[in-house]
Amino acid sequence: MADSTVISVKGLNVYYGDFQAVKDVDMEIKRESVTALIGPSGCGKSTYLRCLNRMNDLIMGASIQGEVLFENRNIYDSNVDATEIRSRIGMVFQKPNPFPKSIYQNIAFGLKVNGFSGDMDEAVEKSLKQAALWDEVKDRLNDSAFTLSGGQQQRLCIARTLAVEPEVILMDEPASALDPIATLAIEDLVRELKTNYTIVIVTHNMQQAARVSDETAFFMVGEDRSGYLVEHDDTQKIFTNPTNRRTEEYITGRFS
Amino acid sequence: MNKDKFITGNINPNRRLRKIIGACVYLLFLLSTCVGIIGLALLIFDVLKEGIPWINWQFLTDFPSRDPKEAGLLSALFGTIWLMFLTALFTVPIGVGAAIYLEEYAPRNLLTRIIEINVSNLAGVPSIVYGLLGIGIFVYRFGSDEMFLDRVLMAGALTLSLLVLPIVILASRESIRAVPDSYRQGAYAMGADKWQVIKGAVLPSAFSGILTGTILAMSRAIGEAAPVIAITALVYITYIPAHPFERFTVLPIQIFNWVARPQDDFRSLAAAGIIVLLVILLTMNAIAVFLRNKYQTRSEE
Repeated sequence: MADSTVISVKGLNVYYGDFQAVKDVDMEIKRESVTALIGPSGCGKSTYLRCLNRMNDLIMGASIQGEVLFENRNIYDSNVDATEIRSRIGMVFQKPNPFPKSIYQNIAFGLKVNGFSGDMDEAVEKSLKQAALWDEVKDRLNDSAFTLSGGQQQRLCIARTLAVEPEVILMDEPASALDPIATLAIEDLVRELKTNYTIVIVTHNMQQAARVSDETAFFMVGEDRSGYLVEHDDTQKIFTNPTNRRTEEYITGRFS
Repeated sequence: MNKDKFITGNINPNRRLRKIIGACVYLLFLLSTCVGIIGLALLIFDVLKEGIPWINWQFLTDFPSRDPKEAGLLSALFGTIWLMFLTALFTVPIGVGAAIYLEEYAPRNLLTRIIEINVSNLAGVPSIVYGLLGIGIFVYRFGSDEMFLDRVLMAGALTLSLLVLPIVILASRESIRAVPDSYRQGAYAMGADKWQVIKGAVLPSAFSGILTGTILAMSRAIGEAAPVIAITALVYITYIPAHPFERFTVLPIQIFNWVARPQDDFRSLAAAGIIVLLVILLTMNAIAVFLRNKYQTRSEE
């Protein structure tokens, strides 16, 4: 495995009961880069994303085959603690999901859970600054997180993830519930964060994939309704000169 | 990896301690569940051991008798069925109507708040209080000794209706409130008026919740002895009531009656009566669960 690889997926199959949702995925995810997962609805890209930090463990009836190597260790080995994996591979969801607590407490939660000792105020401030939210909320840290706008809530959720200092951040359509201006703010943030973090982002918006990602993986739904990986390459190559005909058709909008 | 940490301070996840705490908490909660289940299991086992030998066709089809060998609970069984039927008849329309009014029509003001709080409080009033209220307003008219309805099925059903109405209202309100606002807006956007929205969009998706709540309220009413004892005055009945204005008895009263007798055989009869009552209760609860599951999957499709 090349040194630049942080997550290496080998022969991954995901099932919900008898139904196979994702079929035979192999993928290497590069350190400190943005990888976009694109594809039509139901192609399993969100399911696949959730396998990368064992969030699928929480879904009843979900099971996987294959390996997900994170820094050369299979995260599905029986001696691996899922809570540790999730503290190192964070996740941001489609709809902003702040806790019904203050802005400050939303950030502090992850730190407390992981036994943080040190200057909590400073940690909260730094996390909010990293998520480009500090200037907007510094005077009302004790207000409920629900007083923020949707875009601000999503940046709060990103700040909350950053506070735990993960190495990888998974984002499941993080801007699909936001307006265009808030979307651009999230995209700027993603580009900034890749200097320190590895980001895997699921998106329905192809311009977004082109704008923010270094590499793009295109998923499709098969005849049997299982999702599979069609093509994974540099974003520029995928969008200008894809190898697979179906990738080209999808990107040029000839089918969806 | 040697990424610069931007946060100063120590992270000490202490996963071993967290695992121990997690396991302890799990055991504690499992134990809490077991206390309830074991208690119920012991009770059922005890009652079954005592009562099963006494359950036979004759027990279900005979009227009470002074001879335990010939005693049955037919009159109590039919009394209970009558009472359930009448109580449901009064409770469902009034309870659901009140719930619809409170959730969909009532203005959000102080008066509504007071009504809501009092409905919740009424659900917690001891049942004997309802029994005495029932005597006061249905058996005798307020303030006079003149008989009004006498101690008949109708008086019992009206009293039990008062008892379970708050429960039905609360359950119905819960399920009406759980209907997503997007359903209402979708219906309004097609030009429906308020009642059409409620009838076409709100009630169908609240239906399973209302039904479940109502059945559970009815099974509470079935098991109530205190208010019905107050209404019936522990009468000895050896006929099946033919209309709502005849005197009656119900299962909990018959059981109470048998338990109070000194002979051991009557105690066993009481156990057998409890089994019959439990079977009815569990059947009703099973129907509630079944209907809830059935309609839930339908509305998700």
